[in-house]
Formats: sequence, C-alpha cells, structure tokens
Amino acid sequence: MALLDYFRKNRSNSAAVAKERLQILVAHDRRAGGPSYLPQLKHDLVAVIRKYVAVDSDAVSVTVESDGGHEVLELNIVLPD
Amino acid sequence: MARIIVITSGKGGVGKTTTSAAFAMGLAERGFKTVVIDFDVGLRNLDLIMGCERRVVYDFVNVIQGEANVGQALIKDKRNPNLFILPASQTRDKDALTLEGVGRVLEKLAEEFEFIVCDSPAGIERGATMAMYFADDAIVVTNPEVSSVRDSDRMIGILSSKSRRAEQNQEGIREYLLVSRYSPERVQRGEMLSLEDVQDILSLDLIGVIPESQAILNASNAGIPVILDRESSAGQAYADVVARYLGEDLPHRFLTVEKKGLFGRLFGG
Repeated sequence: MALLDYFRKNRSNSAAVAKERLQILVAHDRRAGGPSYLPQLKHDLVAVIRKYVAVDSDAVSVTVESDGGHEVLELNIVLPD
Repeated sequence: MARIIVITSGKGGVGKTTTSAAFAMGLAERGFKTVVIDFDVGLRNLDLIMGCERRVVYDFVNVIQGEANVGQALIKDKRNPNLFILPASQTRDKDALTLEGVGRVLEKLAEEFEFIVCDSPAGIERGATMAMYFADDAIVVTNPEVSSVRDSDRMIGILSSKSRRAEQNQEGIREYLLVSRYSPERVQRGEMLSLEDVQDILSLDLIGVIPESQAILNASNAGIPVILDRESSAGQAYADVVARYLGEDLPHRFLTVEKKGLFGRLFGG
C-alpha cells in the first residue's frame, strides 16, 4: 500500500514540523516583545550620537531583556575605526 | 483572604469556560466557598455551561455600575451550596468593566469567598486584562496546536507584566499550564504536539492534561460541569487538576493510548 504509506509518512511528520515552527516563532515573538518606545528611543539615540560621531543607524542596538525579577536596558554602540 | 485565580489562554475555543466551570465546581466539592465570574461581557456563556442561564437576573456590569448589589447578582448553584456564579452582561460592551469597578466587586466577594475563579474572555483586550489584573494564580489553557501554543506564550508574557502583583512589585502571579483536548492516539501517530513539546516551548508548571473526550460536549449540552461526570476521563482529569492546585502530588493520567482488549475492540470500548 504505497499510496497509504505516502500519506501516513507525511502525516507522521506534522507534529515535529509544528514544534520546529513554534520554537522559531516563539523565540521571535519574545524578542520582539520589548516596550513599545524601543524603536523611537533607538531613533533618538542615533540622532544624538551622530552629533558627535558619524555612525550608521545599524551601529546602535537597543534591547530590553528580562532577567528574573528585573529588566535590563542594554545599549550597544559600535564606533567607527 | 480569598485567592483569585484567572483561567486564561489568549486563543478562543480552547476550553477556558469548561475549565472555569469544572475547576470552580471542584473547589466547591472540596468544601471551599467558591465564586466563578464570567468576564466575557457581551458574549456570556459561563451561565450556559453551568446550567443556570434561566436564573440570570442581574449581572457583573449591573453590580459594577451600582444597579444591583453583589448578593442580588450572584446565582447559587443548585448542586453545590458552596458554589456561586456571577454572570457577565450580554448587552453591554467590554468598556463597562473598569479597573476600579472590578476591584471593588472582587474586594466585596473576598469578604465571603475563599476562592474567586475568573473566566477570562479570549483575546488580550479589556475583558481579558481585567480578568487577570487582580489574580494571584493563573491557569493558562492550551490546546496542543500551533496557534493556541503561540497565544499562550504571549499571554504568559502579559501575565508577568500587566497585573496588580507586577505593578506593586509583589511576588508574581503563580502560573500553571493546563493542556486540554489532548489525544494520545494522535500524538502517537505524530499528528499532534506531545505534552513534552508543549512544555518545552512554554515551560510552565503542568497542572493537568484533559483528554479529548465526548464527555465534554455532553456536559456542555446538559449544562453540567464535566467534573461531575465522574466516570469520564475528562471529569477525572479535572478532579486531579483541583487536587494538584490544592497541593496534592498526583501523577498525570490519560497520557498514553489505552490498549483495548478483544472485547473493547469488538464493541468499541
């Protein structure tokens, strides 16, 4: 019953596919889930830094991470050589 | 001091109201004075699942707006004297729920009850945030299915930030995972996320697994919380959930495919 096997095989993978997709998606959702002011804050920071140093906008990264009971706002600026 | 428990999920149709009804009835059966509140303003259904839909006179919104007092709106369960239901309004909209108003009603209920079970509406809007704001404990109901798991993850994030406990820097809400509509047969065939898969992604304490069961629809049809169907696997699984919530250490059941004997195979068990 090759035909039956074909369907069965496809089906038997679906839970594994679901898990893999979910793991990626959930990790992405969690990263994206920072405070809503984050994009604007990054924009403003880049503007201020550019007054003094010529940096690209992607040289500045702003992230918020929760660590147990508290949150850490991390600002990372890569200065040009 | 009353304990407030929110039954939440994000996604609709995963079994929040079924769980709220069963869980509240289970607590009442253990002898605790319990009230279960429907927060789904505009789409009330808890009364239907509890089988008291024809006895609704006043509702949660009436009480919040001072048109009735709590005692007038509470419906006493006919099967268990420890259990009361506070129905949602069917005609108002969810903006009728205010933080101040909900807080006031919960405070009043806390004088009389030991457990307050809040049946959250689906979504992450007002009704849902009101239902979770005052909670001490949360049961996140999840189906082993991609959209439900994703929404639950989102809900867990919201629970840890938008609650009274979070805002007052108290110890966070105790969160539990309840997996419902679980089908060991489909898991075995690789068609459904397994319990381990769901736990891997959500990493919460597992309070119970409710197997997919015809008994749930039967119970809804009749307006009887499924926990009262003591013969059914779903009813027994809910009884276990209540026991675990109260601190008993019970192994999880109904996780594997039951092997049917010849008799079962012939007659469909």
